[in-house]
Amino acid sequence: MKNPIYEKIRNNPKFPQLVQKRSRFAWTLSAITLVAFYGFVMLVAFQPATVGLALSEGSQYTFGLVLELAMFIVFWLMTWLYVRRANGEFDALTQEIVREATRGGQK
Amino acid sequence: MSKTIKTLGLLALTLCAGAVLAGPPVGGELEKQATNWHAIIMFCLFVAMTMGITYWAAGRTKSTSDFYTAGGGITGFQNGMAIAGDYMSAATLLGLTAMIYGQGFDGYVYMMAFFAGWPLILFLMAERLRNLGKFTFSDITAYRLDQGKVRTMAAVSSLTVVCFYLIAQMVGAGQLIKLLFGLEYNVAIVAVGLLMMVYVTFGGMVATTWVQIIKAGMLLAGGTLVMVLAMSQFGFSFSTMIERATEVHKLGSKLMLPGSLLADPVTAISMAMGLMFGTAGLPHILMRFFTVNDAKEARKSVLYASGIVAYFFNVIMLMGFAAILIVGQNPEFFEGGTIGGKLIGGGNMVAMHLSKAVGGNMLLGFLAAVAFATILAVVSGLALAGASAISHDLYARVIKKGQASEADEIRVSKFATIGLGLVAIVLGILFEKQNVAFMVGLAFGIAAAANFPVLILSMYWKGLTTRGALAGGYSGLFSAVFFVVASKSVWVDVIGNPAPLFPYTQPALFAMPIAFLVTFLVSKLDGSAKGKAEIEAFEDQYVRAQTGFGAAAAAQH
Repeated sequence: MKNPIYEKIRNNPKFPQLVQKRSRFAWTLSAITLVAFYGFVMLVAFQPATVGLALSEGSQYTFGLVLELAMFIVFWLMTWLYVRRANGEFDALTQEIVREATRGGQK
Repeated sequence: MSKTIKTLGLLALTLCAGAVLAGPPVGGELEKQATNWHAIIMFCLFVAMTMGITYWAAGRTKSTSDFYTAGGGITGFQNGMAIAGDYMSAATLLGLTAMIYGQGFDGYVYMMAFFAGWPLILFLMAERLRNLGKFTFSDITAYRLDQGKVRTMAAVSSLTVVCFYLIAQMVGAGQLIKLLFGLEYNVAIVAVGLLMMVYVTFGGMVATTWVQIIKAGMLLAGGTLVMVLAMSQFGFSFSTMIERATEVHKLGSKLMLPGSLLADPVTAISMAMGLMFGTAGLPHILMRFFTVNDAKEARKSVLYASGIVAYFFNVIMLMGFAAILIVGQNPEFFEGGTIGGKLIGGGNMVAMHLSKAVGGNMLLGFLAAVAFATILAVVSGLALAGASAISHDLYARVIKKGQASEADEIRVSKFATIGLGLVAIVLGILFEKQNVAFMVGLAFGIAAAANFPVLILSMYWKGLTTRGALAGGYSGLFSAVFFVVASKSVWVDVIGNPAPLFPYTQPALFAMPIAFLVTFLVSKLDGSAKGKAEIEAFEDQYVRAQTGFGAAAAAQH
């Protein structure tokens, strides 16, 4: 009961290209998120003193505070980066693949 | 139908108005009475506005797709606001402010754990969810597996999550409203239950989404205003504020250090996992991915939602630190006027006291109304997710094997909503005196250990079979429930045993590996012909997940 259109899409050499490019991008970003987040949790759990260190003598900004704020910003920038590339480059490629598979056939 | 809405709307309005006339507030203090009026008038305005929207939405809710997913016609930005609204519950506003106020930096770490799941949901799930699903996340887990069995399992764990989350919200709501509005606990519970039933049964996902969007806007505006007014007292200098807060706080210089909350690494990691992956397994959040038109809008939803959540968490962080000085040094907010004693209304009232201190009764009234609206909106989203598990999964797919008419399915989901509303009211009243804090943890734990593993494996792992999914899903569900029941928060605090059976309070670190391992092993050992066919069917599912081809039809009815 394989769908012939899916078969066509699968056989299009652009399909593995799309999958590979997008997966690599998504997994890289995910790995950064996971490593940064669990690294931070480990730091908090095992090195609490480091987390509380002031950035400079007498400053109220601690290492942990600034690190976490930076994580909020970087994580969000990464979602922006992913959405920009996925909605632009990857979606264009996807549409191309679907168009080629359905040309002359059903929608 | 519209007539019934009007009557119910009037009923709801008289309900809050009637309660005002019913007598003095429970606390009995004069200053509270004045604030009640502001809060109640503003809340009634909110209810009137959302009733108007429900009336409008009822006219547009005709098909099952309208009811469950607003016909897929929500834009990325609107959906982002609604997701953020679902995520920023009253517990977030009140609980996290209180946590910063009491524990300092620990509260901020907690916020990161709440936030970090979002980027992952975007990178690994959002697009596949949208491309494969239709109304509920079981559409995805059951895509190539046995419809009846897998959907039953997904519906059972969804309903378990929804029920625990509902009880926690209802009990919190009753206590909060009692305190802020001077309403009787039972009256508050019934009001929340009834209003929720009206929104969901008449307006479906369209109304639920708009209630959520309006509330999210109010919450952002109110929170920002309180934060700006509070920061102005320190000349907008974060350093000045922290320096002075450290001087007066009981933790002293430890205020900016990780402390008791995260003292034990196992608990810290388990909590982080539960919050991160639990978010990715909450049925009412997952359902939001089906309300947009395509994967493109689904991705944008997460971009907006995570931006709003990140912004709001940092606002709450500033509010919490500012409250240490503004609320914590003001005898007006302590019982008996002793600074450092018990806060009036308990620890969760920090955000409310802060708003009164910086903006008077008007701002307190506004924030109280927002808190009530928040509970209402989150409860509505939960009820809709629970109702869809009953009507779309259990009724239409399991009992009727896909042969139910749309009209029947909608009727069942409306009855299910009313049923869930009644259950929520009854349980809310029964659990009034119980400590329900563990229930949110339990909801996240089950979501992380029962829903998430099977969902992610069904999207990513070719080798998943029905037997594996069932074994893994149920073992995740039961082990999460077992670990929570055996932990201190239930075994000792609720049941009253001397020592817990399980030393940690957070189940995710233990229950998640069990679920993954069982799913993997049972799928691998499954040599049945059916299992082979299911593995084979992954190919087509994979193409649809990647390209969205075939998914467009799901949104158009």
